[in-house]
Amino acid sequence: MAADKNMKILVVDDFSTMRRIIKNLLRELGYNNVVEADDGNTALPILQKGGIQFLITDWNMPGMTGLELLKHVRADPNLKDLPTLMVTAEAKREQIMEAAQAGVNGYIVKPFTAATLREKIDKIFERVQAGGS
Amino acid sequence: MEREKGSGGADLDAYRRAAESLLQHVEQGDAEAAQGVIDDLTHLRETELFRELGMLTRDLHEAIKAFNYDDRLADITSQEIPDARERLNYVITMTEQAAHRTLTVIEGSAPLAQELAEEGERLGERWQAFRRRELDVEEFRVLSRELDDFLAKVQTNSRYISEQLNEALMAQDYQDLTGQIIRKVIALVEEVESNLVQLVRISGQRLEGEGEQQPAQSASQQAAEAERARRGDGPAMPGRNDDDVVSSQDEVDDLLSSLGF
Repeated sequence: MAADKNMKILVVDDFSTMRRIIKNLLRELGYNNVVEADDGNTALPILQKGGIQFLITDWNMPGMTGLELLKHVRADPNLKDLPTLMVTAEAKREQIMEAAQAGVNGYIVKPFTAATLREKIDKIFERVQAGGS
Repeated sequence: MEREKGSGGADLDAYRRAAESLLQHVEQGDAEAAQGVIDDLTHLRETELFRELGMLTRDLHEAIKAFNYDDRLADITSQEIPDARERLNYVITMTEQAAHRTLTVIEGSAPLAQELAEEGERLGERWQAFRRRELDVEEFRVLSRELDDFLAKVQTNSRYISEQLNEALMAQDYQDLTGQIIRKVIALVEEVESNLVQLVRISGQRLEGEGEQQPAQSASQQAAEAERARRGDGPAMPGRNDDDVVSSQDEVDDLLSSLGF
């Protein structure tokens, strides 16, 4: 079963161009409900306010990094199950493992394609639905 | 630097011998011989002075040589590095502008192309119905008006889209400009590197005499490394054979599935 096309997605990246690219790709995939933040510090209050159903975050950002944001999310009882996809240029094996240990649901290395993004989103929600049933 | 004065045991012996014979000559009342010994002593002293002077000159020479490199490095740190930082910031600005320019084109054109596709499909179906003689006169009149409108829209939209594609094409000029800037910065980095290598060589020579103690990693270096680990390394450079780094999304997927993902 595919993900809910109306779900609210938070895209976190310090580069506005990358946010725009992801937003456009999401729109092409049918997801129109997207909000943005430029690092972990601005993303966290948005998440805490509630209503976000999917988090897409970069790693390397000024202020709070994506990995730190992920750790905050997993430590928050209200957010701990939020599906999170990391989209980053960080490509070291130990980094990918670190993100996995912190509880990321998917990991995409930049540069990436629309097909990869769709595949990862679908896979994440397949697992979330399988796990939730 | 080690002074040869300490190893001058032979010199001290020479002084002692001279002093003893001077005393002897004075006691014997031999003024001429005493004078000769004093001359020898003066000569001994002068030789040592010249040796000292030679060493001082060499130190001074090396210091001046090192200072020359420092001078260039000072120039680099005070002028060229800030300049390079500015240039690289400019590269970020330019690439950002180009990306936005291109994205604006896409956001402006995609709905128009979509509109043509949808309208074309709908009118195509109506046209097939007409061919199957399923339309009455009034319906055909409506269809032919819609076809007129559609053909006009095809012209306007496709002209606009091709203009926009041109704009997207032009937006790519940033690559040339940023490439040139980055090349200049690379040249500067190479110069800094070779200067640093020379400085290390010079200070390495100095250190050798002083027991060659390699300083442990400084606190600031450690802090910088910790910060790098926290922040990440940024994009992996293509062409660098780094076993640490995955080179494709497939490798990421393999790694994660090996971890049970």
